Amino acid sequence: MPKTIVEKIWDAHVVHRADGFPDALFIDRHFIHEVTSPQAFDGLRKRGIPVFNTRRTTATADHNVPTKDQHLPIKEALSRHQVETLRKNCKEFGVELYDLGHPFQGIVHIIGPELGLTLPGMTIVCGDSHTSTHGAFGAIAFGIGTSEVEQVLATQCVLQPRPKTMRIEINGKLGRGIVSKDIILYIISKISSSGATGYFVEYAGETIRGLSMEARMTICNMSIEMGARGGLIAPDETTFQYIRGRKFSPQGAAYDAAVANWKKLVTDEGAAYDKVLTFDAADIAPMITYGTNPGMGMRVTDRIPTAAELASLGDPTSYRNALSYMGLEEGTPILGRSIDYVFIGSCTNARIEDLRQVASLVKGKKRADGVEVWVVPGSKQVEAQARKEGLDRIFADAGFELRSPGCSACLGMNEDKVPAGKYCISTSNRNFEGRQGPRSRTFLASPLSAAAAAITGKVTDVRSWMETNE
Amino acid sequence: MTKEKFTTLRSTAVPLPIENIDTDQIIPARFLKATTREGFGDNLFRDWRYDSANQPKADFVLNNHSYSGKILVTGKNFGCGSSREHAAWAIYDYGFRVVISSFFADIFKNNALNNGLLPLVVSEAFLQHCFETIQQDPKTVMVVDLEHQVVSIGQRRESFDINPYKKTCLINGQDDIDYLLGLRESILQFDKAQQVITPLS
Ligand code: SF4
Repeated sequence: MPKTIVEKIWDAHVVHRADGFPDALFIDRHFIHEVTSPQAFDGLRKRGIPVFNTRRTTATADHNVPTKDQHLPIKEALSRHQVETLRKNCKEFGVELYDLGHPFQGIVHIIGPELGLTLPGMTIVCGDSHTSTHGAFGAIAFGIGTSEVEQVLATQCVLQPRPKTMRIEINGKLGRGIVSKDIILYIISKISSSGATGYFVEYAGETIRGLSMEARMTICNMSIEMGARGGLIAPDETTFQYIRGRKFSPQGAAYDAAVANWKKLVTDEGAAYDKVLTFDAADIAPMITYGTNPGMGMRVTDRIPTAAELASLGDPTSYRNALSYMGLEEGTPILGRSIDYVFIGSCTNARIEDLRQVASLVKGKKRADGVEVWVVPGSKQVEAQARKEGLDRIFADAGFELRSPGCSACLGMNEDKVPAGKYCISTSNRNFEGRQGPRSRTFLASPLSAAAAAITGKVTDVRSWMETNE
Repeated sequence: MTKEKFTTLRSTAVPLPIENIDTDQIIPARFLKATTREGFGDNLFRDWRYDSANQPKADFVLNNHSYSGKILVTGKNFGCGSSREHAAWAIYDYGFRVVISSFFADIFKNNALNNGLLPLVVSEAFLQHCFETIQQDPKTVMVVDLEHQVVSIGQRRESFDINPYKKTCLINGQDDIDYLLGLRESILQFDKAQQVITPLS
């Protein structure tokens, strides 16, 4: 029977399948970080069992870490304790840790791919919902809870029902100034923040094929924001080239053999999906969110929909509460609204390509008065590369601060928080209430849109801005 | 870890008719710093429950003493967003044993089940009926009969689905690791075979 790529990879990893039971799915790669792992290690300790295969787990510290003065001890006691606990657990159980200061440290979903730990055909999990990022390589990658982290540490398996499959196809050419972040924000705005719940999504079509690996990661990253368990893209030459020569990827003859295998990772002709959606790239514009979930997005030039226009989307009270939290009104535009903070970072958009895009746009310009701009690279390697290319100087001249790697203002857990009531245009993935700090207000957008806003101090249509600045 | 066993629960319920409640609201990130599973209940719905001066907000349902019980009834797409299991721990630690909604996010559902918390999916009509009935009379008792997979409120009943394996786990207070540890030999062999396909460097 013809199979989708998701079914192929899934079925190839089932250790045990029985009626009425979820599948026992073997996990090739497990990433862990300081927030969702301590209780899992405690569980192992209580049971008196070791990590099943330490070579399949890699750890890093990212959520709690400061993005300034990383060589100093973490100031906040609880954050420091969590990172120290990770250190202690990794040592005790023999797990490789890319700790603060290590040249490989960074956001967990950035370092996996850049180190060549993330490969096509793998099953990959992490106690973090944005594990879907790794799907860009043609892997089954999904987020799990701490109990499941413990399961993987103890048994290298998770118990999960085989997911339903969805194909999202995008064809056509993207306009200028429109990037992969806009594609995914557009899709989520069309199908809502729960539109793919229960499904594993395969992104396909010529628009997707034309994207770089880094752009593909941005798309897969946000699969969870429409409820999907994960999202993937079948591997192709772009994928193989990206992997070639990475630190932990197969080398030489092993690489050639692997590529031959990876080429089989495609959806068979005639394979059936549970759901298929098709979009036209020509319909996509620079996107921005106006509400408190990533499904509340629109073209930056649109007006915020009225509750009446959205009648089919459910409860108007929740909708109005979201707008009131944001200090916005239905039926009004966002274009031209002042912003206070710009955050360029997170596992969605903190890779070198993102930083290059931002730098090329802001070169020779200055940030607007009163706007605070944070550029937070996704990893030590991204940071080093940015410095090597001189991007740090472009940022410094523009008044942007290039910080050290970490999750930073993506979530209000470390020192980088957006103050109450302030507006932040952010390249991250979540605009939930308080996500960037208590009562902070988030506009999600692409790195290009964020860069333009940093210079103008306002929500800006990057397309018109690019024209007037050439 | 062995959990409390779940059979039939009779309890009043707390209504929270808001849709798309994400796990950042259930437990904000700044409270995820503990390295144990306990104590998260104090910060359940922290920013909805307390103002910036840490005073309880009178209009939030958990601060309204007319409502209490071990069942939380919420709007659709509950538990979306971050995979933090701390959300399930917080709800359980606060004292809830069942969350009722018309739709749950996947990861939350798994996390809840792995912690002895039953995420119970009902129809939209039944859900609205629950909200109305509880709001009219907060003393209304709901009955959740896991064995027969039936939930009732007043005269109205509805049956619900649950994976048979997960049901057994809840009823016996078992967890997945016990089950997976039983497969250890097969997993070891599988791991070896995998390393031939993709060598570990
Ligand atoms: S950058 Fe944000 S979304 Fe990504 S792992 Fe860190 S906290 Fe999660």
